[in-house]
Amino acid sequence: MTGFDRMATVATTEFRLAFRNRWVLLATLAFTLFALALAFLGSGPSGALKADALTLTAASLSTLTVYLVPLMALLVSYDSIAGEIERGTLALVLATPLKRGELVLAKFCGHLAVLTLAIAIGYGIAGVVIAGVHGADDAGLLAWGRLVATAVLLGAVFIASGMALSGLPRQTGTAAALAIGAWLVLVVLYDLALLGAVIVDQGGVFTKTVFPALVLANPGDAFRLYNLALIESNAPIAGLDGLAHTLPFPVSSALAVLVLWLAASLAAAWALTRRIRP
Amino acid sequence: MTDANILSVEELTVRFGAVTAVDGVSLTVAPGERVALLGHNGAGKSTLFKTVLGFLKPAAGRLSIGGVIPGSDAARRAVSYLPEQVAFPKALTGAEILTHFARLKGVSPKAALPLLEVVGIADAARRAVGTYSKGMRQRLGLAQALIGAPRLLLLDEPTSGLDPVSRREFYDVLEASSRAGTAVLLSSHSLSEIENRIDRIAILAKGKLRAEGALSDLSRRAGLPIRIRIEAAEGRVEAVHAYLGGERVNGRSVVVTCRAEDKVAALARLAELGSDVADIDIALPDLDDVYRHYSGLTVEGATQ
Ligand SMILES: Nc1ncnc2c1ncn2[C@@H]1O[C@H](COP(=O)(O)OP(=O)(O)OP(=O)(O)O)[C@@H](O)[C@H]1O
Ligand SMILES: [Mg+2]
Repeated sequence: MTGFDRMATVATTEFRLAFRNRWVLLATLAFTLFALALAFLGSGPSGALKADALTLTAASLSTLTVYLVPLMALLVSYDSIAGEIERGTLALVLATPLKRGELVLAKFCGHLAVLTLAIAIGYGIAGVVIAGVHGADDAGLLAWGRLVATAVLLGAVFIASGMALSGLPRQTGTAAALAIGAWLVLVVLYDLALLGAVIVDQGGVFTKTVFPALVLANPGDAFRLYNLALIESNAPIAGLDGLAHTLPFPVSSALAVLVLWLAASLAAAWALTRRIRP
Repeated sequence: MTDANILSVEELTVRFGAVTAVDGVSLTVAPGERVALLGHNGAGKSTLFKTVLGFLKPAAGRLSIGGVIPGSDAARRAVSYLPEQVAFPKALTGAEILTHFARLKGVSPKAALPLLEVVGIADAARRAVGTYSKGMRQRLGLAQALIGAPRLLLLDEPTSGLDPVSRREFYDVLEASSRAGTAVLLSSHSLSEIENRIDRIAILAKGKLRAEGALSDLSRRAGLPIRIRIEAAEGRVEAVHAYLGGERVNGRSVVVTCRAEDKVAALARLAELGSDVADIDIALPDLDDVYRHYSGLTVEGATQ
C-alpha cells in the first residue's frame, strides 16, 4: 500500500465525518442563505441595473465571504490535530505506516473537499436563483465564478492555518480558542487597526507606501481586493476597498499572497505536527 | 542485532526533563510469547510502550524490533498498538473504523472485518461507535490491534473496563494469536487476572525493572509468609498474645506470620491454646501480595 492510498483513506474518512457531523449541511445552508440575503435584501440590485445583479451581488458577497469562509474553514480544521491527541487516536494512527506529512496533507485535502463542496453548492444555488430572477450576462457569470474559485482558495488558506494552530496545543479547547483568536485578529482587528492608522496618518507617507502593502499582506483583504479590482462597475466602494482600483501592484499579486499564505500555513502545520509526541 | 526476539530492550532509559520514567530496563519478548508488564500508576509502562513505538527518544540504551529501529517503516508494519485511552470517532461505525485502520496498515478490509466476529462485536458492526458500551469500544480497539496479524502486539491496559467474562474472552483471543506466532506485551495493574494466561511477567516500579520471570517462579522466590489470624475468646486476648507473640489487632485478635513450611508446626502450637481461641483464619499469600513484594510495597501497602 502506497502513501497515496493511505492519504486517500485519511481524506475519505475526514470527508465522511464532516457529513455525519452535519457540518456540510450547516455550512452549505449558511453559504446559500447569506448569498441569497445579500442578493434580495438590503442594498441588493435595484431599478434599472437588473442585468448587473450577479456582478453587484458578487461584489457585496466578496466582503461577506471574508468573514464567513475563514470562520467555516477554521471550524472544520481547528481540532484536526489537537482533537486526535486528546482522543488518543493520533497515537494509534501514527503507529501505522502513515507518515506525519501524509497525515497533514490528507487531512487538509479532506477538509478542503468538504469546504469546496459547501461553497460550490451554497454559492451555486444562490447564483442560479439570482440569474433566474434577474437574468445574467457574461461579466456577471465570470465575476461569480471568480468569487467561488477564490473563496475556495481563501478557505484553503484558513484550513491550513487552522491545522497549524491545531498542532500547537494538546487540548481541543485551547485549539478552539486559538482559532477564534486567529479569526478575530486576521479578519476583524487587522482592518480596524489599518483604518485607524490611515485616519491618524491623514494621507502621509504611511498611507501612500506601507498601507497598500499591509492591506495586501492580509489573506482576507487580498481576496477581496482581487475580486473587487476585477469587477468593472461603478458600484460605490468604501473604506479599504477603495484601494481596489488604485492598487500600486498588479492584481495577480493578490493571488500570489493567498498562495504564499497557503504554502506557509501548510509548512507550519507539518513542522508543528512533526514535533508532537502522541 | 540478529537475535530471535521480536522485541529486545537493553538498558533503556527514558526521561521527561528531570523525571526518569524508565530507568535502565532490559527486556525481551520472543515470537509467540505473552509477557505482562506490571507496575503501579506512573511506573513507566506507557512510557516504555511509546518508546517501543518510536514516539519517544531514549536517553540511553538500545531498542530493536526484530532487528529494526522503532518507528521505522518495517517496525511500524511489525507492531500493532492499543493505547490505554482511545476514543474512536463516535459518528463512524465499527466496520468503518476497522476498514480505515486496515487500509492504513495495507491490509484488505475484507481480511480485517472478520476480526469483529473474533472479538465478539459483529452484531454491532453497522452501528455508530457512539452507541457502544465501554467494553464494546475496548473490543473494537483490540480488533483494530489484531489487523494484519502483527508480529508484536503492544496493549496498554487492555482489560481495564472489561467485566470478568469479557476478560476471559480477551485472553482467549490473545492465546489464539500467540499460538499463531504473535508476540504480546501487555500492561496491567493486577496479577490475579493474568494467572495462567501469560507466559512471563515483568514488574516495574518507579521506572526500574524489579523482577522478571514466570509467575510460579516469582511467587516461589518471593517466599512470602502465611498470615494466621487468631480471634481470642472473651477476655483472653492478653493470654493468647503472651503465648504466641505476633501482633495485636482490633481488640480481640492476634496475627502471627510463619513461612509456608512451618505452617503445620504453627497450627499445632495454636491447638495447645484450647478454648482461649474463638476462631482462626489462615491467609496464604496471593498474587497481589507477590506483586506488592516485588514492586517494593509491603503487604500492608506502605513503601518499604
Ligand atoms: N509527557 C510527559 N511529560 C512529563 N512527564 C511524563 C510524561 N508522560 C509520562 N510522564 C511521567 O513519567 C512517569 C511514567 O509515566 P507512565 O505514563 O509511563 O506510567 P504508567 O506506568 O503507564 O502509569 P499508569 O498505570 O498510571 O498508566 C510518570 O512519573 C509520569 O508523570
Ligand atoms: Mg499507563
